[in-house]
Amino acid sequence: MPDALVADLRAALAPERVLAEPLELTLYARDAGIIEGHAHVVCFPLTTGEVQACVRIARAHGRPFTPRGSGTGLAGGAVPVEDPVVIVTTKMDRILEVDEEDRVAWVEPGVLNLDLTHSVAHLGLHYAPDPSSQQSCTVGGNVATNSGGPHCLLYGVTSAHVLAIEVVLADGSVALLGGVDAEPAGYDLRGAFVGSEGTMGIATRIAVRLTPTPPAVRTLLLDFLSVEGAAATVTGIIAAGIVPAALEMMDAEITRAVEDFVHAGFPRDAAAVLLVEVDGLPAGVEAAAQVVADVGRVHGARSTRVAADEAERALLWKGRKSAFGAIARIAPNYYLHDAVVPRTRLVEVLSRVYEIAARHRLVMMNVFHAGDGNLHPLIVFDRRENGVMERVTAAGEEIITACVEAGGVLSGEHGIGLEKRDYMPLIFGEADLDAQARLRHAFDPDGVANPTKVLPAGSRCGDLQRVPEGAWI
Amino acid sequence: MSGGAINDGALATFAEEVGADGPVACVGGRTQWSVGGAVEAGTREVRAPAGIAEYEPAEMVVRCGAGTTVADLDAALGEKSQCVALPAWDGATVGGVLAVGRSGIRRLGYGPVRDTLLEARYVSAEGRLVKAGGPVVKNVSGFDLCRLLVGSLGTLGLLAQVVLRCRPVPAVSRWFAGELDPFELRLRLHRPTSILWDGTTTWLLLEGHPDDVAAQAAFARAPEVDGPPPLPTGGRRSVRPSELRALTGRFVAEVGVGIVHTAEAQPPAALSPGAVELNRRIKHEFDPSGRLNPGRSVLA
Ligand SMILES: Cc1cc2nc3c(=O)[nH]c(=O)nc-3n(C[C@H](O)[C@H](O)[C@H](O)COP(=O)(O)OP(=O)(O)OC[C@H]3O[C@@H](n4cnc5c(N)ncnc54)[C@H](O)[C@@H]3O)c2cc1C
Ligand SMILES: Cc1cc2nc3c(=O)[nH]c(=O)nc-3n(C[C@H](O)[C@H](O)[C@H](O)COP(=O)(O)OP(=O)(O)OC[C@H]3O[C@@H](n4cnc5c(N)ncnc54)[C@H](O)[C@@H]3O)c2cc1C
Repeated sequence: MPDALVADLRAALAPERVLAEPLELTLYARDAGIIEGHAHVVCFPLTTGEVQACVRIARAHGRPFTPRGSGTGLAGGAVPVEDPVVIVTTKMDRILEVDEEDRVAWVEPGVLNLDLTHSVAHLGLHYAPDPSSQQSCTVGGNVATNSGGPHCLLYGVTSAHVLAIEVVLADGSVALLGGVDAEPAGYDLRGAFVGSEGTMGIATRIAVRLTPTPPAVRTLLLDFLSVEGAAATVTGIIAAGIVPAALEMMDAEITRAVEDFVHAGFPRDAAAVLLVEVDGLPAGVEAAAQVVADVGRVHGARSTRVAADEAERALLWKGRKSAFGAIARIAPNYYLHDAVVPRTRLVEVLSRVYEIAARHRLVMMNVFHAGDGNLHPLIVFDRRENGVMERVTAAGEEIITACVEAGGVLSGEHGIGLEKRDYMPLIFGEADLDAQARLRHAFDPDGVANPTKVLPAGSRCGDLQRVPEGAWI
Repeated sequence: MSGGAINDGALATFAEEVGADGPVACVGGRTQWSVGGAVEAGTREVRAPAGIAEYEPAEMVVRCGAGTTVADLDAALGEKSQCVALPAWDGATVGGVLAVGRSGIRRLGYGPVRDTLLEARYVSAEGRLVKAGGPVVKNVSGFDLCRLLVGSLGTLGLLAQVVLRCRPVPAVSRWFAGELDPFELRLRLHRPTSILWDGTTTWLLLEGHPDDVAAQAAFARAPEVDGPPPLPTGGRRSVRPSELRALTGRFVAEVGVGIVHTAEAQPPAALSPGAVELNRRIKHEFDPSGRLNPGRSVLA
């Protein structure tokens, strides 16, 4: 039976765009991670005005709100907690303007990442951040999590491609952050909002930078008999002054799984393969590809396969991008981790990560953005197995700790959400968390935008009056 | 290297010097001291520590004191054929360039200054050392305070030490110039490092493999020159790149970027009321008593 909140939302939007039936709501209780919440009401606004209405009605009923795109997030950012109004942007999916000369597109937040790239391909342009989930995640979700992808090594993550954001703030007002000119006045509010995981308001229009398709591309697959050789090649390539467009590593398990799935000719007996792409102008690309091959050879590459044409290049990338499809055939569940370590410490951290998985008797695979040290240990398991979740969680915690001990950080692209919120003190002291809480407070003084996410309780120093002043300097 | 070794002790000393009371401003090379307005009289001046703390070329990141001059930093990185994408006005410091946040004329190729800062240790208005970001090239652990600090003119915190992203020095780097259509070049050339235009002449900076540079220069039909033109220093305006076409008068414009250097001073850019209010609230959160760079404002 619809309550007053639901009735108000239905009156403001349209009855069919406000879900409140328990069965419909189960779909919105989680994202693609393992944490589950509870949705009480889910709405699908079509315009900025309707988003404002949703926020105002939520507040009038004393409820917080949680923004949601496609729900492919892995850190629990879109998981509803504290009974929020869930505001889903997927019906705001229009590309509003494409400016070919300025290479800027204005889009609504529900536009899917890959749809944006497809829609500008005929202009010789693309949207550079390419998360593996790009077929299904939204640009709004990408902005909120500051998503990365294989090609962000050279081109930069989402923040480098977002120029301006129209945001509905927690009080229902609208603000334009940043601008399509080079140096918008004031503090970089745009930069502060990117990666805020829904805690600073809802993005309702986004201006993104479009990137020209490079004139020349070389894609190489290097095959190694040891993980160490592959990792040393990664460091060697960077040390040689080459920044490839992409530099991805796949270990033995995942390479076999992928090969059995897509038949791209990946070596089933390799200990690790590197997929390296260099792009730019022809002479520079040839020279860089040569350096990559040479560095690989020095570190024991058994073979180097250079994609002969676009079809072969697409096949190699299909292998990399099908990793998640491939593992679905091995076990029904997976837990995809995400952490960054200094690239010179890849070998040492990887061997610790393998040791942790073995000790917890878990199957682990690694397919990751090696070029920027962004590890993605992937644990595959079957939830129905007794006691397996405890082992998965324990291993996860040890993996994070190992990465932090090696001088790394908690997340390279999935974000903090709920999943890693309580690990934040591993890398930030109280004064550091307090500063982040102040930023959040400036945007959302009452803490109603996606509450409980990102910052652990008590991050604001005022919350901890009993600690003597100066104790955390 | 100026300033010598920089360690945690130097950071703590800087924090103590900033302290928790009284108006205070951080001085760099004083090359852009007037940006954002004059600092109130009687404001105590402090200087951030200088020197390189950590540099691992294979990581392509460097940790240094915010008081290090960009020239000293580039000299050290240059030994390993790397550099940072920060403009280096004579005597300018890393902290000053980040606090001002304005990019140099290579922005078209190198990206804005704000994408260079990976981690910052700054002294807050309460005199505490605070860490923002992290020392690796990719990081979404928590909110992006680094982006907020770049361009904040020392009004939110005083930078003590930073970790910066480095980039390889290109194999060759050459300027070309002629009476060319800069907008056409921008569309036809692949990632030139800079295109400047004064309404008549176009200057083009091409970098990379020598054969590619030669081929692109031949395509542009532009002879090589010594370097870029002198930039008018009276004012700086930011527009949408395509709006540059309509410019008149004396100027040098960064084509593809949208920065215009003019001889006359420029009025401050307008901001929507919602954004102005957020600016006010952020300043209030980080510096409630207004002791950091009093008198200076990012909206001036
Ligand atoms: C198989 C798989 C592979 C993946 N690969 C990658 C990868 O390579 N790189 C990567 O970075 N991520 C990856 N992800 C994670 C995920 O796809 C990204 O985080 C993505 O950006 C989330 O987009 P979404 O639309 O699904 O957002 P959601 O999951 O719906 O939301 C994510 C967060 O953003 C907030 N949010 C959503 N929309 C808005 C808005 N309009 N305004 C404000 N806040 C909003 C939510 O509150 C939540 O905190 C992967 C996920 C899966 C399942
Ligand atoms: C109009 C204009 C044109 C420019 N043109 C060029 C150019 O053509 N080529 C080029 O290479 N560069 C150029 N620049 C950029 C310039 O090099 C730097 O922005 C500038 O040098 C700042 O460095 P500084 O050390 O001299 O800072 P200062 O002038 O000493 O200080 C500038 C501001 O930064 C603050 N500040 C200084 N240090 C810190 C710190 N550690 N923490 C917090 N705040 C701090 C100060 O309080 C002050 O508000 C230009 C900048 C402007 C504004």
